[in-house]
Amino acid sequence: MSHEAALHNHEGHGHDDHGHHEHHDTFLTKYVFSQDHKMIAKQFLITGMVWAVLGGLMSVLFRLQLGYPDASFPWLESILGKWAKGGQITPEAYYALVTTHGTVLVFFVLTAGLSGTFANFLIPLQVGARDMASPFMNMLSYWFFFIASIIMLSSMFVETGPFSGGWTAYPPLSALHDASPGSKTGMDLWIISMALFVVSSLLGGLNYITTILNMRTKGMSMTRLPLTIWALFFTAVLGVLSFPVLLSGLILLIFDRNFGTSFYLSDIYVNGVGALSNEGGSAILYQHLFWFLGHPEVYIILLPAMGMVSEIISVNSRKPIFGYMAMLGSLFAIAILAFLVWAHHMFVTGLNPFLGSVFVLLTLLIAIPSGIKVFNWLTTLWRGNIRFTPGMLFAIGFVSLFISGGLTGIWLGNAALDIYLHDSYFVVAHFHIVMGVASMFGMFAGVYHWFPKMYGRYLNNSLGYIHFWITIAGAYMIFWPMHYQGLAGMPRRYFDFSIWESFKQFAELNRFISTVAMIVFATQILFLINFFYSIFKGRKVTVLNPWESNTLEWTTPINPGHGNWPGEIPEVHRWPYDYGKDGHEFIPQTTPVGEDESGTH
Amino acid sequence: MATTKIEANTKIHPYKMLLWVGFGSIVMMFAGLTSAYIVKKSQANWLEFDLPNLFWFSTLVILVSSFTIQMAVKKAKEGEMDQYRGFLSVTAILGVTFIILQLRGFQALELQNVALTGVRSNSAGSFLLVIAGLHLLHLVGGVIAIAVISLKARAAKSSTNQVLSVELVANYWHFVDILWIYLFVFLNWVG
Repeated sequence: MSHEAALHNHEGHGHDDHGHHEHHDTFLTKYVFSQDHKMIAKQFLITGMVWAVLGGLMSVLFRLQLGYPDASFPWLESILGKWAKGGQITPEAYYALVTTHGTVLVFFVLTAGLSGTFANFLIPLQVGARDMASPFMNMLSYWFFFIASIIMLSSMFVETGPFSGGWTAYPPLSALHDASPGSKTGMDLWIISMALFVVSSLLGGLNYITTILNMRTKGMSMTRLPLTIWALFFTAVLGVLSFPVLLSGLILLIFDRNFGTSFYLSDIYVNGVGALSNEGGSAILYQHLFWFLGHPEVYIILLPAMGMVSEIISVNSRKPIFGYMAMLGSLFAIAILAFLVWAHHMFVTGLNPFLGSVFVLLTLLIAIPSGIKVFNWLTTLWRGNIRFTPGMLFAIGFVSLFISGGLTGIWLGNAALDIYLHDSYFVVAHFHIVMGVASMFGMFAGVYHWFPKMYGRYLNNSLGYIHFWITIAGAYMIFWPMHYQGLAGMPRRYFDFSIWESFKQFAELNRFISTVAMIVFATQILFLINFFYSIFKGRKVTVLNPWESNTLEWTTPINPGHGNWPGEIPEVHRWPYDYGKDGHEFIPQTTPVGEDESGTH
Repeated sequence: MATTKIEANTKIHPYKMLLWVGFGSIVMMFAGLTSAYIVKKSQANWLEFDLPNLFWFSTLVILVSSFTIQMAVKKAKEGEMDQYRGFLSVTAILGVTFIILQLRGFQALELQNVALTGVRSNSAGSFLLVIAGLHLLHLVGGVIAIAVISLKARAAKSSTNQVLSVELVANYWHFVDILWIYLFVFLNWVG
C-alpha cells in the first residue's frame, strides 16, 4: 500500500530514530509529565472520564431526591453524612450537587474531556505533525486542568460545602459570603478552580490553532484538512476569544467578594445581614460577561462532536462527506454567530425588547448552518454502504439528538416563548439533549472510532452495542418527558415538587425519569469496564488502517511513538474524503493523484 | 529530543504565531473589561475624576522602552553582544519604572479621595484599578521575560541562539505597550 511506501521510503536518510527513543523515557516522563500529545490526550480523556463518573453520580443523587422526595435512604447518610441527614438529601446538598454537576459536566467533561482529548490526539496526527507547536505548553495545559480538578474536588469536602448557586455563578449568590453556606469557601475554591481552568484551555487553544495553521505537512492545504480538524480549529478560536472574557468577569467577582468593590453588588437587603453598604453595582453586568463566554461555550462543547461525527459518518458510509465546503462554511457561520447571541440567555432580565428582538433574529439564524450540517450528514448517509460500528451508531445517535434538541432551540430562541419557558424543565430538556447528551455521543463516537489508534487494541463490539442502545433509548426517556413538564410550568432547580398541587401530577413521571437515569448511569459503567479491560486485554489491532480510512493518523505505526512517524512525515496529495471514487473503495490522502483519475478536490 | 523538533512549513515561527494568537486572547480580556466599563458608566452613580499626571509619565516611559527593546533586537541580530545586553537592561529598568509609576498613580488617586477598593469605593475607581492592574501584571510578565533572556545573554558568547527569544519578548513588549496606549486613551477620553 502506498502509505507503507511513504513510511519506508526515506529510511536510508539516517535521522529516523524516532521510534526507538521512547526507551529512554522514565515512567515519570512517559506517563506523568509527558510532552507527547497522544499521552496528554489520554490524560485528558481519563481525567474527563473520572469527572464524568462523579458528575453523573451527582445527577443520580439529585434525581433520587426528585424521584423519591418522601423516601428515606439510610445508606445515603452513611456516604454523605450531614448532607443527607436521616437518609434524605438536604436542600443545601441538593443545590450543591446540581451546581457542581453543571460546572463539572460543562467545563471538565465536555470541554477539557472532549476537545482536550481529541484536539490533542487528532490535530498532530491528522495534519501530519510530529507534535504540537509547543509540547511544553501542551503539558502545562493538562496540569493546569489537573490542579483545577483537584481544587474543585476539594471544595466537596469543606465544612460549608461546595458552591451551590448554580453553574452560572450569578451574583449576589456568588458575590456575597453570607448569601448561602456554599457562597463561602466553596465559592472561593470554585473561582480559583475556574480561573485555572481558563488558563488551561487558553494554553491548549493557542497550541491547537498554531499547530493547525503552522505545522501542516507538505500538501496539506487548509481545504484538504479533515472536518474534525476544522471543527477543532473553530472550537479553539471560540475558546481563545471567549474564555478571557469569563476571566474578566471572574476577576471583577473576586474584587466584589474580597475587596469591597461594587461591580455587581448594590445596596440590596440580605436576610440576617441587613442592607449592604455597596452602591450602584449591577448583577446583570456579570450575566453579560458570563454569557459572552457562556454561549460560545455551548459551541466549544458541540463543534468537536460535529467534526468527529462528520468524519466517522463519511468513513463508515464509505462515501465522501456531502458538501465539504458547506460543512466548513456552516462551522464558520456558527463560530461567528456564537459571539452574537449571548443575550438570548437574558430575555427575562429586563432586557430592552427591541434589543431582544435583534438577539432573537441572530439566534434563529443559527438554524441555517445547523440545518445545512444536518442535511449534509443525512445526505452522506443516503445510499451509503453503511458499516454500523459502535462508533458509527453513536455518530448517527448524535445527529438524532442534535435534531431533537435543535428544534426546541427554535422555541427558546423566541423571546416571546422564552419568557414563558425560561428556567423551566423545557430548558433543561433542550440543552441536555442538544448540548449535553449529543456531545457525549460525539465523545463516545470518537472514543470507539479512535480507540484502536490510541491503544493498539479494539473495544469489545457487543458491549459497545449494548452501551449504545440503552444510552440512546434512556436519553430520550429521561429528557423527552421533561419537555412536557416544562410546558406545564415546572421550574428547574427546585428541591421538592411534591408540595405544589400543580406538579403533583408529575410525581410518577419524575420517578420514571429518575429510574431511567440510574439505569443509564449503570450502563456507562459497562462502557468503563469495556474501556479499561480493552486497554490491556482487548483484541489486538493487526493492520495499520482498521477502518480503511483516508486520513493521516492511520499511516502511523499501530503503536506510534513520540514523533508519530518513524520516517519522514508523509506528503498529502488529496482531500480526505475520496471514498468510492473511480472504482476504489478508498484512496488515502497520501496516494498521489493518478493520471486518469477524475476531478480531485 | 529529535522527535519534538519543531518542523515548520511556513515562514512564521510557530512560537511567534502562538504569541500572536495569545495577543488575541489578551485583547478579548481587556475588550470585556472596557465594554463592562462603558456599560457601567452609562448607569447611575458614576464618579468622574481626572487621571493623575503620573499616568502621563508612565505612558512616556513605556513608549521609550519600546524603542530600547527594538534596539536590543537590532543589536542581537548584528551580534553586538555588549550593546544587546545594555539595551535589555535599560528596557528592564524602564519597565520597573513603569511599574513604580503606576503604583504611585494608584496611591495618588487614593490621596485624592478616589477610593479604589473598600466600602467607600465607586466602580469608576475600581475599574481603573482592575484594568490598569491587570495590564500591570502583563507587564510584570514582560519584565520577568527580559530578566530571563538577560541571564541567558550574559552566559552566551554569540547572539545566534538569542534572536528568536528576544524577538518574541520584544513582540510581547510592544503589544503590552500598545495595549496600555489603548487603555490610557480609553480611560482618559473614551470611557
